[in-house]
Amino acid sequence: MGMIAFLILFPFLGAGIVALMRKPGPVRKYTIFAFCAAICVAVIYFSIKVLSGGETLYYLEHTHTIDMIMLVVDALLCLLLVYLAVRYRKYYIILLIVPQAALIIWLELTGRAAIPGYHIMVDRLSIIMCLIIGIVGCLICMYAVMYMKDYHNHHKECKDRRAFFFAMLFVFLGAMFGLVLSSNLIWIYFFWEITSICSFLLIGYSKTKEAIHNCFRALWMNLLGGLAFAVGIAYTVIVLESVQLQDLVSLMTTSGIGLIPITLLAFAALTKSAQLPFSQWLLGAMVAPTPTSALLHSATMVKAGVYLLLRLAPAMAGTVTGSMVVLVGGFTFLATSMLAISQSDGKKVLAYSTISNLGLITACAGVGLYEAVWAAIFLMIFHAVSKSMLFLSVGAVENNLGSRNIEDMHGLIVRLPGLAFIMIIGIAGMFLAPFGMLISKWAALRAFVDSSSIFMVIFLVFGSATTLFYWAKWLTSLISVLHSSSRLPGTTKGSEWFSLVCHAVVMIALCLSFPLVSSYLVEPYLSSTYHMELPAIISNGNAFIMMVMLVAIVIVPVALRLLAFRKHSKQVSTYMGGANIGDDRNFTDSFGGEKPMYLANWYMEDYFGEKKLLRPSILIAVVLLAVFMIIAIGGAL
Amino acid sequence: MSKLKRSPWIIHYDGSSCNGCDIEVLASLTPLYDAERFGVINTGNPKHADIFLVTGGINAQNESVVRQIYEQMPKPKVVVAVGICAYNGGIFKDCYNILGGVDKVIPVDIYVPGCAARPQAIIDGIIQATELLEQKQMEYERTEKHQKKGSDNT
Amino acid sequence: MTITMTNVIVALCYLIFAPLVGGLLAGLDRKVSARMQGRRGPSIWQPFYDVRKLFNKQAIKINDVQDFLVICFLFFIIFTGLIFFVGGDLLLTFFALTLAGIFLVMAAGSANSPYSMMGAQREIMQMMTYEPMVLIPAVGFYMVTGSFYVSDIISSPISCIAFLPGIFFGFLYILTIKFRKSPFDLSTSHHAHQEMVKGISTEMSGNILGFYEIAHWYENVFLLGVVGLFIVNSHWLSYVVAVVVCILTYLFETLIDNSFPRVKWQHMFGWTWAVTLIFGISNLLILFFIH
Repeated sequence: MGMIAFLILFPFLGAGIVALMRKPGPVRKYTIFAFCAAICVAVIYFSIKVLSGGETLYYLEHTHTIDMIMLVVDALLCLLLVYLAVRYRKYYIILLIVPQAALIIWLELTGRAAIPGYHIMVDRLSIIMCLIIGIVGCLICMYAVMYMKDYHNHHKECKDRRAFFFAMLFVFLGAMFGLVLSSNLIWIYFFWEITSICSFLLIGYSKTKEAIHNCFRALWMNLLGGLAFAVGIAYTVIVLESVQLQDLVSLMTTSGIGLIPITLLAFAALTKSAQLPFSQWLLGAMVAPTPTSALLHSATMVKAGVYLLLRLAPAMAGTVTGSMVVLVGGFTFLATSMLAISQSDGKKVLAYSTISNLGLITACAGVGLYEAVWAAIFLMIFHAVSKSMLFLSVGAVENNLGSRNIEDMHGLIVRLPGLAFIMIIGIAGMFLAPFGMLISKWAALRAFVDSSSIFMVIFLVFGSATTLFYWAKWLTSLISVLHSSSRLPGTTKGSEWFSLVCHAVVMIALCLSFPLVSSYLVEPYLSSTYHMELPAIISNGNAFIMMVMLVAIVIVPVALRLLAFRKHSKQVSTYMGGANIGDDRNFTDSFGGEKPMYLANWYMEDYFGEKKLLRPSILIAVVLLAVFMIIAIGGAL
Repeated sequence: MSKLKRSPWIIHYDGSSCNGCDIEVLASLTPLYDAERFGVINTGNPKHADIFLVTGGINAQNESVVRQIYEQMPKPKVVVAVGICAYNGGIFKDCYNILGGVDKVIPVDIYVPGCAARPQAIIDGIIQATELLEQKQMEYERTEKHQKKGSDNT
Repeated sequence: MTITMTNVIVALCYLIFAPLVGGLLAGLDRKVSARMQGRRGPSIWQPFYDVRKLFNKQAIKINDVQDFLVICFLFFIIFTGLIFFVGGDLLLTFFALTLAGIFLVMAAGSANSPYSMMGAQREIMQMMTYEPMVLIPAVGFYMVTGSFYVSDIISSPISCIAFLPGIFFGFLYILTIKFRKSPFDLSTSHHAHQEMVKGISTEMSGNILGFYEIAHWYENVFLLGVVGLFIVNSHWLSYVVAVVVCILTYLFETLIDNSFPRVKWQHMFGWTWAVTLIFGISNLLILFFIH
């Protein structure tokens, strides 16, 4: 119990301390490092301890004082948002925040919510989440320390509020720990709201017009989810007389009641995990400094949404709500992976790819079969690591090149080899065979076929194809060898490198050890959730073949190097119809003058452009969501 | 056993000419003459080619192009100059911008006569080039070995 | 899947004979094309002469990366076929094929040459176009036989094509892309004087080009293997039929190659996805309803 309190409260303490250190300098830097290291160590120690115990743990039955503290914080947050809404004249925010806060406060004060039960629960899914949040989150924080220094060098117009920024990062981590370790719905809701507000504050960090616009968009979308959450809680408390997430799920699986709160919670989760039609807030989050995006996309925020869906998965299997989640997720997966093709801004491609992958996770959770949930958990793990790595490396490249456009990353392998390698590992991790994500896609495909979700099979086969397109072209750009371009000096600092390399190591270690992760963490969780013995999802033979592939990717180049294969070959310039001048980069044009060559990627605006696809996609998603919500809730009433 | 003879891949470049030879070169690749029965492929890419087929003379503008294409071809390689223009500039010989035949820029191995050269003559030139290719291959291997020895000693 | 003696023998046979068969098929293709055009054409052994020549040419390179990327392409193509022919998981096979394809695209892209890059971009385009129709057969086989393993699929009592005619047609359609045949040979071409020279293989030369060719032979044999998988069942006679169907398929692709000019990528993309939807998906839908 002490460890859990430590995990939740320690980041808040860190936030408090860092917020007080207004002056930049080594003291603040090392304080942040120390907090990060402490959280990392704590989370690993905690996981090992719980795993060696092996049981699902429940804590805290009587929490009146804590509940009252939460109530006060809830009220304060509500007031803060009302103040900000008035100040920036976004009055609709008040309409969203006041009812939900009032509802929760009413439930608490009238004592309706004081239903006996545990407030904290630790099982293997919480541990997986804790490890993601602790390790990936802390690596991002460490990276942020040096990154923000460069950021303010590049963005002089932006007021330096770094202490606040770092504090918010820690608050975020604390809230996430709280969210995944709670089992009481009101507690989950409390942390859920904190993450919404944190992301709102982080997105608006630079206070430019665009940032403010985007952060309020993020806020209203998440508050809408929050409202659904609050109503769901109220329904659960009043009608079902329970306040435990686990009770809600088991009630649904055993006796089939409680579809309404589950639908509402699923809706909240869809907003949080930025599924269509709510994807815009996550895209808008790009205006914030890169660590924010990395944190929102990988370890926190959107993962809170899919975490909740995973918890609900057994209850959703085969219900209308399940179909809703599957369809919305699957559609999002396909539509956003198409949209990603037309983007040239590195961060935007990453953002669309996040939404797309979350769509797949969401769809898996909606299917609710154990194979699908297995795939979803693995997708979540691998996605967290790869995506965080990619965001951080794009951020580092941006600080070096002054641009995050993929076109400008052409030939990065020569100019910034280190960052390019990290990026290549990250991209490979997102879609190539022996690396992480593909293992899960594989399992997902099987699960979809087994559950006869024909639509998901269609979404998945087409979505994988479009996913392949945008990653492969990025990869090709990176690896282009530009002759006579020199290495850039590189401004990437120690802590940034440390973070990036750690990510790469974690990524490869995960790929190598996924059968272990599966058999020690994921499978026990699934068998306890589904109360049955599960057959192996990826057979040993196939896991072995994957390992062989992974090893081959490492060994073949090294072997070729050692054998000095074609080392003495004569180097010639590339073929440009015999018109190159000097090297590969200039040619004689039709006027006899010298012209630099420029190779661009394909974006296919006419097919996959935002102008073409975005509005229809949102519209379809709105209709899907509305129709299914009405059927689910109306049917249950 | 012949190593190169059976697979002569060509690249064709048309310099300063009336395009007559150019058309005949392409004609010799048509089904009627069926140069492919000797394994000929028109690659259009110096990196893949063994035989450099040049029609037309060299002028100030294409001089560097011809040289570059020649340099980008892997050894062993043979140059075939097709038609009178490729020999010495032909009818355009005295034009202000003509430097002369292909051999002004790169070493030519075989000259195919004609204005325009007939497909039969062109194919004959290619066949002779394949024989030469074989010869050059042996020379190339010898120098390679020699060089390797040299580099081992030093 | 356990590794047995037969598996090892099959694997060895594949490693040794696949390039032979692939090369002969390539020779057959050129011979038949020539005859279709009313000429004699090269010897059926011509592809072997070509590759032997390539291995005897001087080694020139564009940069230090391309060579090893092409070798990785070859390695993973062989690996793909190996998993398939020892009876492995069909999905894993296709994923390995994609990995190999990505290596090829990276090899072409690494050259930073206009033609090569154009080839690379078009190759990615092609991969996106055929990818759905590569995964759908795997799903189809799984629905019919209940297993993704090739070893299980070939021991089913009835040939899968009985249930998967639409998917078979769709697969034939994308084979034109995979075999790099006109009208869909967008990323590379057999013919000179085109807007993209040799596309993806423009900057490869000498033995590297030889490896590329050999990889292509392995790939063709593997793809025909997938065609055969539609036919093969537990009866021995079906293997004979499968071989005949494979040869017919290959000749059919040659005919297509000689009958159509290249189309624009927009058409390739549109038509292929339309065929995928109409034949592949509707076949799957019918299977779903039967089950």
